[in-house]
Amino acid sequence: MRNAFAATITELASTDDRIVLLSGDIGNRLFDAFKEHHPSRFYNCGVAEGNMTGMAAGLAMCGLKPFTYTITPFGTTRVMEQIRIDVCYHNLPVTIVGTGSGLSYASLGPTHHSVEDVAFLRAIPNMTVVCPADVEEVRAALVAILKIDGPVYLRLGKKGEPIVHKERPAMVIGRGLTVREGSDVCILGLGNMVATSLETAALLEGLGVSAKVVSMHTPKPLDGELLCEVLSRFAIVAVVEEHSRIGGLGSAVAEWAAAREARTTARLMSFGTPDLFLPETGGQKYLRKRFGLTPEVISQEIHRAYRAAKQA
Amino acid sequence: MTVSLEKMRTLAREIRGQVIQMSHDKKTPHLGSSLSCVDIVVAAYWGILRVDPQNPWDPARDRFILSKGHAATTLYTALAYRGFFERELLDTYNTDGGHFAEHPCLRCAAGVEASTGSLGHGLPLALGMALAGRIHGLDYRSVVLMSDGECEEGTVWEAALFAAAQKLETVAVAIDYNKWQATGRSDEVMALGPLVDKWRAFGWSTRELDGHDIPALLKALEKIPDGSGKPLAIIAHTVKGRGVSFMEDDNNWHYRTPNADELLAARKELGLA
Repeated sequence: MRNAFAATITELASTDDRIVLLSGDIGNRLFDAFKEHHPSRFYNCGVAEGNMTGMAAGLAMCGLKPFTYTITPFGTTRVMEQIRIDVCYHNLPVTIVGTGSGLSYASLGPTHHSVEDVAFLRAIPNMTVVCPADVEEVRAALVAILKIDGPVYLRLGKKGEPIVHKERPAMVIGRGLTVREGSDVCILGLGNMVATSLETAALLEGLGVSAKVVSMHTPKPLDGELLCEVLSRFAIVAVVEEHSRIGGLGSAVAEWAAAREARTTARLMSFGTPDLFLPETGGQKYLRKRFGLTPEVISQEIHRAYRAAKQA
Repeated sequence: MTVSLEKMRTLAREIRGQVIQMSHDKKTPHLGSSLSCVDIVVAAYWGILRVDPQNPWDPARDRFILSKGHAATTLYTALAYRGFFERELLDTYNTDGGHFAEHPCLRCAAGVEASTGSLGHGLPLALGMALAGRIHGLDYRSVVLMSDGECEEGTVWEAALFAAAQKLETVAVAIDYNKWQATGRSDEVMALGPLVDKWRAFGWSTRELDGHDIPALLKALEKIPDGSGKPLAIIAHTVKGRGVSFMEDDNNWHYRTPNADELLAARKELGLA
């Protein structure tokens, strides 16, 4: 996703002279093309993310569209104060880009994990949170973000994520993208877990359960229309995310359902990371397995819940 | 716009009187901090800044950011006296449903450039504005008023390093060095001094002066950029509570508000009653 981000932002900056790219001393060589084509609109802001975020707000106050780019926890939870006040209180078109989100940088240890970021950022007024599922969604998201006149958090993985979309989807901020139709259960995948959700659906099919899969790329604002439909139509609605079950998409959907007068009939399930800092080392695949975030485990749990719901 | 020195001194007295009045009327704190920076604000708005109250959001205007947002009454009053909005609007300060909070909010009125109140935010914002000026080919200046206690925030020094690296010579910082923070001496709570040496070591051009000496302030502020290729830091020695004998250098006035007798006594000292 990060290569798609670099290529697309470079391309968009050629036609949109408001784009300014601020990097927190990462992405060695990644932005060479941007620097070559738009030298006056790239700044390496050093290892000083608070200042970088504040400067982005200052740039946006003068009509520019800055993007800050660094490893997710350093550009998000580390600088919540600057995001909350400089960017969101002023309601400025700054896009915070986090790379290596979720467990993408698992082996670097919990300092580099970001499984609380969505919880923090979606709680701030004015903020839009976008979590693309693959490179095509990254490209489409960037085009959509440029039309938003306010703060955005763009949550990227690393590189080499599985392809979800064969071609560029028509992406609308705040509207989920159905990537597989189904009739028994519905899986709402977030970002890099949409591919896992599709694998889960394939396993469920083998168990005789038809699963619809949606890329819920925008945890905020939520797609209320879609939630209305799936929460009343399906027996099970399962959220799958590489994020803590506290405050992520699962929480957002539950909050949405709790605030509605209309009764929802679906049973909600939430698959995410547990409330702990893991004391052992491991790569992304290992940690997903450790936390039960695999198609095998998720499909079995959904299957069990679906059968229970049917018998009830 | 430049006015005579005599006029600026009169304005400074009147603004102090209004600021004390507002603190009394609305029972709001930070009076000492609001009084210590009045002369800096007057020198900026009446002597230096290229701003036009009739066209307050002109993209080419100079930017003034009150990073020490707790001196909001000084900013509001200066903007009203400078003609950005009617003076009567000051009566709506800190009223339910009003627009003038105890800390400023962006565009709560013409001339208010940023929402401040949490310290250490103004300088990064100003650097972003300066970068935008560079990108857009505009030569406006960005002037930030900070407190001494504010210099304890890490983002101040992050910004100081960046500004020097990028030679952001259109940026100037004025530090209202009144030697107090909320609960103690700013040189004792943290090892703040020597403040001039710190800014110089961070690659800034520095001026050290008496922050109540308007001619000295004008001289320091008149050349931005100052020709050194560096951003400018003005360390302005001030007295907290300046202008009222019984408030000067008494940190109780960080939180205290004046009663009716104290208000009258203060106005008399300022030659306003």
